[in-house]
Amino acid sequence: MEQDWILGLIGGLIIGLAGAVFLLGNGRVMGASGIIGGLVDGSGRANAAERIAFIAALIAVPAVLMLLFAPDKSTHVTGNWLVLVAAGLCVGIGTRIANGCTSGHGVCGISRLSLRGIVATVFYILAGGLSIVLFRHGLGII
Amino acid sequence: MRILLALLSGGLFGAGLFISGMTDTTKVQGWLDVFGQWDPTLAFVMGGAMIPMAIAWRLTIGRRPVVGGEFPKAPRADIDNRLVIGSVLFGVGWGLAGLCPGPSLASLSYGGWGGFVFLAAMLIGMGLAPTITARLDRTPAAA
Repeated sequence: MEQDWILGLIGGLIIGLAGAVFLLGNGRVMGASGIIGGLVDGSGRANAAERIAFIAALIAVPAVLMLLFAPDKSTHVTGNWLVLVAAGLCVGIGTRIANGCTSGHGVCGISRLSLRGIVATVFYILAGGLSIVLFRHGLGII
Repeated sequence: MRILLALLSGGLFGAGLFISGMTDTTKVQGWLDVFGQWDPTLAFVMGGAMIPMAIAWRLTIGRRPVVGGEFPKAPRADIDNRLVIGSVLFGVGWGLAGLCPGPSLASLSYGGWGGFVFLAAMLIGMGLAPTITARLDRTPAAA
């Protein structure tokens, strides 16, 4: 358990470094939902190449790490199709309506003391907690 | 240069998510589950990530990005319906599956078909969002 916290902290520092590179290098906020969503709805067409490069590396590097060090790595994600589709739709619509997710509003927003980042983070964490209470402890779906 | 820096940033983001355990949905749901077996890892990840980011924001003062142009403008301070409704919707989905946009891509190579189903639904949701946003903007505040 303690090892998990240390790995979490090290991984977190690397995530922060990734955000620092994107900000100081390209002058952009590293928000995963914004980078992906801008490609989906066409609003990010002007800098599509850097979005695609970011996404390609984001998929490829963990794939290589998995093959080299943890071939049995798993997300332990649910096998319930309905839950996966409902969750995906909520995350996709929600992050784009709110203009940010855990990386944009959370990591990048809170670290500059953005009020919107802090408010968004409070609401998605509260909603996430309530979602667990309702669907796990209440209805027993997840 | 923009492309190289985007590759570096995306690669670091993926490595960080991989190492931190944040692509494991049980750890994310475990952190949200305060009434169950609570898992504190996510707080360490968030806290750790904010240290280099806070330094980076400080470094933007009086400088320009490496590739030129401007740094992002000062953050908006208005709290609107969109921010709250969107964040609540996101949180519900995040709790349901234990995945958010970054980790859903980072774990694509080992998330099985479930990861692809979630990603496909998320992309469809992102495609629907502009229509829903336009409707929300027509709704008067505090509705």
